[in-house]
Amino acid sequence: MTQATNTTSEKTETPRRSLWRVEAAAPACLACLFAALPLATSLGADPFYLVIATRIMIFGLAALSLDLILGYGAMVSFGHAAFIGIGAYAAGIAASHGVSDLLLHVLFALAAAAAFALVTGLISLRTRGVYFIMITLAFGQMAYFLMVSLSAYGGDDGLTLQARSTLFGQAWLENDVFFYYVVLAILLLCFWFANCTLQARFGRVLRGTRDNAERMQAIGFEPLPYQLTAYVVAGTIAALAGVLLANQAEFVSPAYMTWQRSGELIMMVVVGGIGTLTGGILGAAIFLLLEEFLSAFSHHWKLGLGIILVLIVLHGKSGMHGILVDLFGKRDKR
Amino acid sequence: MTNLLVIQALNGLQFGILLFLVAAGLTLVFGVMDFINLAHGVQYMIGAYLAVTFTQVTDSFLAGLLLALPAAFAFGLVLEFLIFRHLYDRDHLDQVLATFGVILILHEGVRIIWGAAPISIAIPEAVSGSVPVLGQLRYPLYRLLIIVAGIAVAAGLYIFVQHTRTGMLLRAGASNAPMVQALGVDIRRLFMVIFGIGAMLAGFAGAMIAPILSVEPNMGDGILILTFVVIVIGGIGSIKGAFVAALLVGLVDTLGRSFGPILLKVVFEPATASQVGRTLTPMLIYLLMAAILFFRPAGLFPAKQGA
Repeated sequence: MTQATNTTSEKTETPRRSLWRVEAAAPACLACLFAALPLATSLGADPFYLVIATRIMIFGLAALSLDLILGYGAMVSFGHAAFIGIGAYAAGIAASHGVSDLLLHVLFALAAAAAFALVTGLISLRTRGVYFIMITLAFGQMAYFLMVSLSAYGGDDGLTLQARSTLFGQAWLENDVFFYYVVLAILLLCFWFANCTLQARFGRVLRGTRDNAERMQAIGFEPLPYQLTAYVVAGTIAALAGVLLANQAEFVSPAYMTWQRSGELIMMVVVGGIGTLTGGILGAAIFLLLEEFLSAFSHHWKLGLGIILVLIVLHGKSGMHGILVDLFGKRDKR
Repeated sequence: MTNLLVIQALNGLQFGILLFLVAAGLTLVFGVMDFINLAHGVQYMIGAYLAVTFTQVTDSFLAGLLLALPAAFAFGLVLEFLIFRHLYDRDHLDQVLATFGVILILHEGVRIIWGAAPISIAIPEAVSGSVPVLGQLRYPLYRLLIIVAGIAVAAGLYIFVQHTRTGMLLRAGASNAPMVQALGVDIRRLFMVIFGIGAMLAGFAGAMIAPILSVEPNMGDGILILTFVVIVIGGIGSIKGAFVAALLVGLVDTLGRSFGPILLKVVFEPATASQVGRTLTPMLIYLLMAAILFFRPAGLFPAKQGA
């Protein structure tokens, strides 16, 4: 389905056929890969891979939401992890009061994140450039300190969930494979939704504003409503990722919303390939796999991560996605 | 009550001065080259570690401090030469990412060299006592020394920026860098010097605070965020703005933490007041920043027109 939407619209937009072929193939390949993975673990692969893959999809979802505003709206939000935390705490706090239904958790998370995004977005979007980066950082820190101070919900130590959320009164999510497919379905749904939104008029206005806000204003589009809507949508999707993260770890803590987390999310988006949607998922995969394998190799693994990051920024502009396009797009060009 | 107020105001002043020392370099770098350097907090941390090491080697805090300053300056130049100079023409996103990478590298580097455990050094014997400030009220001499040193540095910076040729170029660069370059000034070299000075000031702050705080790899992170708050409130590129905002943030944060709960108890019941106090006080300066940016999106003293 993602393939279809991609082909029809990209064709009209870019004459370079080689590019859209990769753009369409990457999400389809990723979806197949993720869908087939539980098969591998049932055939005897380490079940731990299932856990890692689940986390990759959850952070991929968060990175995808950040890419919506970062890649398509040029809004460098340095407080995006706050929304993950809001989603996670919505689930955690509701669960600690005896509300265990996943749909209710999602509802709370979306409402809280939308409200937070609306207020902070309205203030942040008054500013530009560095000031926008800094003010989103400040709001992220505010959310972080709020959660640290709530001693009724664990404060600094965090909140342990008694069990995963229930779906229609059943504890289906306790099954890791079932939970895995729920996460995959949500990821695909959000990807499809984001893709449709970006192909629609809304997405075109957003990209137009990214490229030249003054011209968009001159032809009659006020940027603020579009940017604010994108900001709120991105925040709610990240909160959804937060609900899933809380369920995956069965633990909620302010550590989910530190500014370093926000930095890592930006890192995932840029390393994977900014403004591509799949890039965020790819970036999350790279980041979490590096974390997993480098940390097994040495507990100074962040040193390697830092070096890789600096090298990528200095030398490879369009991230892993660009490298993939270079690799597979070249043959078609000739 | 008056005693507490005086003590806390002095603490706030000392904290504000410290913030100013770190913020001054950052706001200059921001202002002249439009370069966002997340790794500035790490330079503060490096300054503290250098001071600790040199103090242990020479057995004298003063000698340690005097050796740490040029070392911090040199370290800033090395970083500039290796990484940062390739980033000036990039957009903010690239700068954020690359300097975030530098933070990761230096964090782990420090852990490898000095270990993850906090290190502490003693306050030098000569300045370890306390002095009377108001009647019977005494205040630690070393903290007063930090305030004095900070104000001296601020005054020195003021003279440097307002009354020297380099300072003039710097101000011109902050308001219109391409024009300064067109007039035949090597803005890159100017920037390298500014960068080194900024690194040294941050290192100085780290070195001065080392005897009071424990020196640990994460010490730069918290101060980095506060420094950003300071330069955003003050207006990016403005030393004067950074000074005013640093004192404002230092005082609001310190006084808010000590008097916020007391004031809240007048309005709420004790239990509610303590919860509201715990929630509100850490958020106070961020609320301040959001409020100031809401009314003045370019800060209190915008250096660039229309920035």
